[in-house]
Amino acid sequence: MKKSIAAALLLPLLLLAAPPATSQEKPMAFEGAHIIPIAGAEIDDGCLVIHQGRILAVGPRASISIPRDAERRDVRGKVLFPGLICTHSHVGQVSGADRSSPIQPDARALDAINVRHEGFTRARAGGLTTVNIMPGSGHLMSGQTVYLKLRRGNTIDELLLPDESGWIRGGMKMANGTNPQGSPPFPGTRAKAASLVREVYVKAQEYRRKRADAESEDKKPSRDLGLEALGEVLDGKRVVHHHTHRHDDILTVLRLAEEFGFRVVLHHVSEGWKVADEIARSGAPCSIIVLDSPGGKLEAADLRLETGAILEKAGVLVAFHTDDFITDSRLFMRSAGLAARAGMSRQAALAGLTLSGAKMLDLEERIGSLEEGKDADFVILSGDPLSVYTHVLETWVEGEKVFDRSDPEDRLVATGGYGASHDRDEDSSCCTGDVR
Amino acid sequence: MTPGFTTLKIGLFFGLSAFLPCAASAQIAVKGRVVHTLAGEPIENGVVVVREGKITAVGKSSEVLIPEGFRVLEAAVVTPGLIDAHSVVGLSGIYNQSHDQDQLDHTSAMQPELRGLDAYNAREELVAWIRSFGVTTVHTGPAPGALISGQTVIVKTSGRGVDVDAVVESAMIACTIGDQARGADGKTPGTRSKVIALLRAELLKAGEYRRKQEKARDGSGGDPDEENAEKKAPEPPPRDLGLEPLVRVLDKEMPLLVTVHRAHDILSALRVAEEFDINLVLDGVAEAHLVLDRIKASGFPVILHPPMARTRGVLENSSFETAARLAESDIPFAFQSGFEGYVPKTRVVLFEAALAAANGLAFDRALSGITLSAARILGIEDRVGSLEPGKDGDLALFDGDPFEYTTHCTGVVIEGVVVSQTPR
Repeated sequence: MKKSIAAALLLPLLLLAAPPATSQEKPMAFEGAHIIPIAGAEIDDGCLVIHQGRILAVGPRASISIPRDAERRDVRGKVLFPGLICTHSHVGQVSGADRSSPIQPDARALDAINVRHEGFTRARAGGLTTVNIMPGSGHLMSGQTVYLKLRRGNTIDELLLPDESGWIRGGMKMANGTNPQGSPPFPGTRAKAASLVREVYVKAQEYRRKRADAESEDKKPSRDLGLEALGEVLDGKRVVHHHTHRHDDILTVLRLAEEFGFRVVLHHVSEGWKVADEIARSGAPCSIIVLDSPGGKLEAADLRLETGAILEKAGVLVAFHTDDFITDSRLFMRSAGLAARAGMSRQAALAGLTLSGAKMLDLEERIGSLEEGKDADFVILSGDPLSVYTHVLETWVEGEKVFDRSDPEDRLVATGGYGASHDRDEDSSCCTGDVR
Repeated sequence: MTPGFTTLKIGLFFGLSAFLPCAASAQIAVKGRVVHTLAGEPIENGVVVVREGKITAVGKSSEVLIPEGFRVLEAAVVTPGLIDAHSVVGLSGIYNQSHDQDQLDHTSAMQPELRGLDAYNAREELVAWIRSFGVTTVHTGPAPGALISGQTVIVKTSGRGVDVDAVVESAMIACTIGDQARGADGKTPGTRSKVIALLRAELLKAGEYRRKQEKARDGSGGDPDEENAEKKAPEPPPRDLGLEPLVRVLDKEMPLLVTVHRAHDILSALRVAEEFDINLVLDGVAEAHLVLDRIKASGFPVILHPPMARTRGVLENSSFETAARLAESDIPFAFQSGFEGYVPKTRVVLFEAALAAANGLAFDRALSGITLSAARILGIEDRVGSLEPGKDGDLALFDGDPFEYTTHCTGVVIEGVVVSQTPR
């Protein structure tokens, strides 16, 4: 038993850079659905063919030749949509930095995630297939975030998304405004906060320069886990995911990003509508939260449902996020519905659940739209994604079904009810059969 | 729950007369491709005529004459002004700073003397926020979180001021049972048993107070056959602002609004109600689906938690489908925006009903849960909740199915006055 777990730990790391690990040997064809591929126009009577975790073909049913050995599913009357991507989630009881200091780039979310947590099952029920799991906003820099595929896995390793080199994809969580303020060593003012951040980036620049300039390995400064991660930020490999609400705080983020040249996604941006043109000029994308009312904290008092629409019109790339537990992942699609209500285009609102988020995670080559060659991450919906009446019927990750509303256990998670919030083992085979 | 409303009606007349001067010009007719009157089948191509703040006619456009000079509004869908059956707006403000948080005082576990009326800020921004989505009446007041947190108030959302906006000045006594009733900072009550023990003791005390009041009123010890009956009547007990409203509860003039979620806590609430023969309105009730038959047997109505309330703590077993289960069991219920301690600072009851409608609850029942059914549970159905002649001219206008995410509330009318026309 222990051996097989160890083997399972290693395998994904080796395989995932290559085509996704999957048991889906036979092709599968989903026929007759209304397909919203995000890339390109909506398809009325469409067909999606998947094989070995990837999309083999997608298009009008009449134009797709289905492989002879394919398993065929009639999904007429349903809607096929890319798997949802949440650019900002806290499922899995994640933690990051502790209270010892306001800046802790060494803390990794991946070391602190319980993949059996009910948040994961709720996320799958909501149609999510990829999430950026982040430490909280109580620090200027609370640690490294991690991008996960919501495969049915028993360990964090089975959910990771390493790149070709084995580097585990993730970002760096930062925050400004009132949340990271506190008594020393935490900053007491906004100016102090910015100064502390600049200081650590200057240090990271020096560290990187010394490492690069060293004539030999033994002349290099000794490894510093935090500065190493910030080096990845300075290299543009690790994107900064920055919590920020107020218009002036947003501009501070852009100022620091320009000074140090890091890539940043602005998160929440409650007052983004006040500085939409400035954001657009910077090129920074926005991952926004949609809430039922403004307020609840000072910085969100001017939050508007129109933020998405205003940013879109200014030319900003906009995605949504759950910030789960702020928005329950099962209600993620609703964010796009309400943003469309407040004037966002249908296209941008739907992309905000999928492809726009993929771009913010540097994963647009792999996920975010239904296109040949991309991962077979998709949802089967009972209706239009922008309708309140629509349910997620099935969620598929890399060709494997990870949520099925017709399964009583999955349905319980989707609707709620007694026991719905209990953590669950994804591989429940250990728990079935007679208990002696 | 209707007895005891006489005093309230008097208050209501004053309110209305104070309002009439500015409403005099507001003679209005609202046409809808569909008008959901809640007083019968929806009317296609219908019209509602409002004169002097009251509805004077409802019917098909082809049959109802719109008087000359009346302002005419049109919408795809027209409903009665929406009712939020339980909220804390006006007390729990948008900024969430101590200066705008008046929903809960923690000095002691039971403070029935606290009146929502004295804390409601009619101009609070969140009142305007929910109004812009069609909410014209809200039942608000002290929040759950103390065993007895005070008296609730029912207001119109006009923002004119509580004296004018109040529909019922003292509607219910807000009471919490279960984990959330535990005292702050380790103060009593610290356990469920203690919560119930304190509540029972307080109701006994109120009973004793009432007996003393009666004795004083009867002018005797109560028993006419008693030899000393003619002796001088006892002094009435000194006024007790906390016990006075509890006496009204014992007299069934006012219900106890019990916020309770866990199944076993629901049963505790019912046990206390039976012992003291009082009326309850069950509030929250996340685990109602586990004890439907007991709730049904009690006859008490339910103000259901927002279906989108977070599934945390005592709400961990809540379900999107509870409203549908209540409807199947024929338990009267209404929706509420509830109480949020962080973001969003308030929910919008329209969205909460919508989610229930998307999870097994019939459209009509969902709509009634934020209109007529809510009005009945709050005891104000003589004034609001449906579009019928004689009722207040409170309407909400929509450009489509009110429950759809992409539909807009395009107009809100309170007592004949257009209070919002910004599509939202």
